[in-house]
Amino acid sequence: MSEQGTEPAGEHLSQPVAAARQGQGQVERQGRVESQGAIPERFTNPGLPPHVPRSADLEENAARRAERQVATLFGISMVATVVFLVAYFAIDPATYQFIPGIGQANLSNVVLGISLAVSLLGIGFGAVHWAKTLMPDTEVSEDRHPMRSSQAARRDAVETITTSGAAAQLGRRPLIKYTLGGALGLVALPLVVQLTGGLGPLPGTELATTFWRKGMRLMRDPEMTPIKLSDVTLGSVFHVMPEGIDLSPHALEEKAKAAVILISLPPAAIQVTKELDWSVDGIVAYSMICTHVGCPVGLYEHRTHQLLCPCHQSTFDVTQDAAVVFGPAHRPLPQLQITVDADGYLIAAAPFQQPVGPTYWERG
Amino acid sequence: MSPESTPKGAAGLRARDTKAAALAEDHKAKGGALAGWLDDRTSAAKPTSYVLKKIFPDHWSFMLGEIAMFSLVILLVSGTILTFWFVPSAGTVIYNGSYVPLKGIPMSEAYKSTIDISFDVRGGLILRQIHHWAALLFTVSITVHMFRVFFTGAFRKPREINWVIGTVLSLLAINEGFTGYSLPDDLLSGTGLRAAEGFIQSVPVIGSYMAYFLFGGAFPGEAIIPRLFTIHVLLLPAVIIGLFTAHIVLVAVHKHTQYPGPGRTNDNVVGYPFMPVYMAKAGGFLFVVFGITALMGALVTINPIWLYGPYNPSQITAGSQPDWYMGFADGALRLFPGFFEFNIFGHPLSLNVFIPSLVVMPLLYTIAGVYPFLESWVTGDRREHHLLDRPRNAPTRTGLGAMAISFYLVLFIAAGNDLIAIKLGLSINEITQTLRVAVLVVPPLAYWVTKRICMSLQRRDRDRVLHGTETGRIVRTAEGRFFEVHEPMTELERWTLVQQESPAPRELSATVDANGLEKKHTLRERLQAKISSFYFTAGVPPVTPAELAAAAHDGSAREAIETEPNSGGQDEGEKDWVGQLHGGADERPETDAYASHEDGADPGPA
Repeated sequence: MSEQGTEPAGEHLSQPVAAARQGQGQVERQGRVESQGAIPERFTNPGLPPHVPRSADLEENAARRAERQVATLFGISMVATVVFLVAYFAIDPATYQFIPGIGQANLSNVVLGISLAVSLLGIGFGAVHWAKTLMPDTEVSEDRHPMRSSQAARRDAVETITTSGAAAQLGRRPLIKYTLGGALGLVALPLVVQLTGGLGPLPGTELATTFWRKGMRLMRDPEMTPIKLSDVTLGSVFHVMPEGIDLSPHALEEKAKAAVILISLPPAAIQVTKELDWSVDGIVAYSMICTHVGCPVGLYEHRTHQLLCPCHQSTFDVTQDAAVVFGPAHRPLPQLQITVDADGYLIAAAPFQQPVGPTYWERG
Repeated sequence: MSPESTPKGAAGLRARDTKAAALAEDHKAKGGALAGWLDDRTSAAKPTSYVLKKIFPDHWSFMLGEIAMFSLVILLVSGTILTFWFVPSAGTVIYNGSYVPLKGIPMSEAYKSTIDISFDVRGGLILRQIHHWAALLFTVSITVHMFRVFFTGAFRKPREINWVIGTVLSLLAINEGFTGYSLPDDLLSGTGLRAAEGFIQSVPVIGSYMAYFLFGGAFPGEAIIPRLFTIHVLLLPAVIIGLFTAHIVLVAVHKHTQYPGPGRTNDNVVGYPFMPVYMAKAGGFLFVVFGITALMGALVTINPIWLYGPYNPSQITAGSQPDWYMGFADGALRLFPGFFEFNIFGHPLSLNVFIPSLVVMPLLYTIAGVYPFLESWVTGDRREHHLLDRPRNAPTRTGLGAMAISFYLVLFIAAGNDLIAIKLGLSINEITQTLRVAVLVVPPLAYWVTKRICMSLQRRDRDRVLHGTETGRIVRTAEGRFFEVHEPMTELERWTLVQQESPAPRELSATVDANGLEKKHTLRERLQAKISSFYFTAGVPPVTPAELAAAAHDGSAREAIETEPNSGGQDEGEKDWVGQLHGGADERPETDAYASHEDGADPGPA
């Protein structure tokens, strides 16, 4: 261990102090004090502190008390286990009860949990108390050895590797070496290709298109009832899905792209001509899928006409064609052009003109 | 096997019989017939006594890793039981169970089975709650354990590999947490998966392909729940258990580190044997951790998925928050401004999503993983270290750690910006803007402040060693002077405060070699010297015996002078009085040996 030794050689500490007190140690008074003569460079490790016996080590009474305490804790654990078993069968899981400090709570859960906790804690505290009061508390010192193996062992390992390599004629037969490397390198491919090849279909244009088609009615989500223009009072907000989406074989996947929020604004508040053109009397429809990472932009603030995404707080101003006014999103929410059909229901005048949702590479 | 030990033929057999009989006798004498039977077949005696006699040092901070280990055990037990009822399927069913508010609502089988576990399986809710609480505890304890290892320098040689394993474990643990969190398919976890899909889509070039491969097609699809289930209950646990085993084996091979103290050296390990002390203490502690987890499961609701409802891509709740360990990544996502989305070659590059969601986490963990190698490169220290550093004695490292933690904390706070805004009635925009500044300003500040605190603590240690501990006892001398009695430290107390090394920065060798030729230092050498001086100059060296001797000597000399009746006029008398009250602290310019180190000792926040 000499190479890692941190303990400087030196005399016992009390000597230099005593020496200095007697005026023998010459020390520098200006700035850093230099050690001289009998005073060592550094203090030396005083060694393990003396063992202080516990009361249980000294008095049999204290030891017996500790024994009783440990046994009591183990006993409490057993009782709690019985309580758990009784409660498991006795308490109906649908029972609710007012518990002070918690409120209305599932009684079965509370009783089972507490009794389980007590039975576990009884064992735990009992064992720890036993260790602390009765088990030996004399510190034991064990030597460490450097991680590094002996020089001979290292040489031996290297030799074994080289001789076994030589015995296999690895160096002498490069043909085997390289073909083995190639074969081992390739052999994982079948599994990798099988796995990745079967994971899923290619996206194709799926990310760029939604369920919306020209002429589809705007339906309330989740009631799936059409929305009459006359139902849309100024300032009202609707969560909207395209007509027939719930009958699609991939309803959830389509809903994840097609969700739209319909907001009725005073036409004068709209600041972008295109937005006004795509609206019906100031009623605008925007994709509800955030352009940041795809959460539904579900919070609308009437006063400021802003849409807020609850996931990461991207904020879109609906009067400015849903441009990002705050937060981590970059692109505005895509607008759905709407109009009114012959029966007075709101319909899509065209599908979305650009992909909805978060950015992806092929989006262009 | 040497030929001698395997005698052949009938004689050999007979010889063995006798031997076995003698062995059996031996075992009986020690009262371990079964142990003998086992050892005859496994030669387990030697390794068993090696393990049972192994010495572990004692300190409360060593318990943090134990909490992680035991919560892993709780997770395995409770998780295994939960799989018997959980149905990892996205297939749609109509709920008709005992929870009335959800009756008649279509939902995935995963969500329905989780509701059933919570309401219809006896004791199911407590297991679910224990599992979730243990997962949070697992990630917390890993993180805090990591802090302990970092700040005490326990990652130094020979433990660098174990540090790397630990960082990988930590990264796996939070991903294991996320996959488990996503399984119930409730509105909150589904929203989390939706965001995860957005993260993956932001990967340049192959993002949409990766997303389609992971989700088996368009989001959400029916593939993701069973796939996450396999990852959560098979793949990640297998890797975690494997690495955890390696982690523990290496701890045993290295022997546990210990804090400095009397009798503790770099060449020994002082503590108690595994059997019986740690068997009882650590074994008992497993039950304590399990018990506390059960108590939390009993009393505190966690993840009440029945309130969130089944996942629906067009619905969301306000205040959507991930589990705590994903908070920093979510916070990074909230802070990263949108203008980091660019268009290159006609393709959008969404760095505002890609960097915070998929780069920050691996980057932080990579920095953590390589830190031991960076530090040893800077210090040039190639020795084994088994004695821990007191954090104050490595001011630069402690400062860097505080810097990393403060960065993490700002991101973590940012993940709650909406909740802070609501609870404190503040503007979310202002909070976000403030945090955007804070994430850049706070870490260097934390570094500087922490380093200064460390140095002050080092100076306080010096002060205590040199002048003893203030007793609060004021003594009045016969002349009417007052002073506070300072209790000198005992040798045992003192050792902890003076044991540390105080390494000097690396210096460049002479620029002129032996032959008088000018020698150029490579860029690498100069860089190393520079960083080394940045790293080390903050340290305050420990008191040396000579300094202590000087302080003691000087103190008594001063006392003698001061007690002289004609010691001076009014002004000086006042000064003396102050000096005495502080127990000689005013003598610092003369006796304080580190006074000269202070000038130029600290380069400030370099």
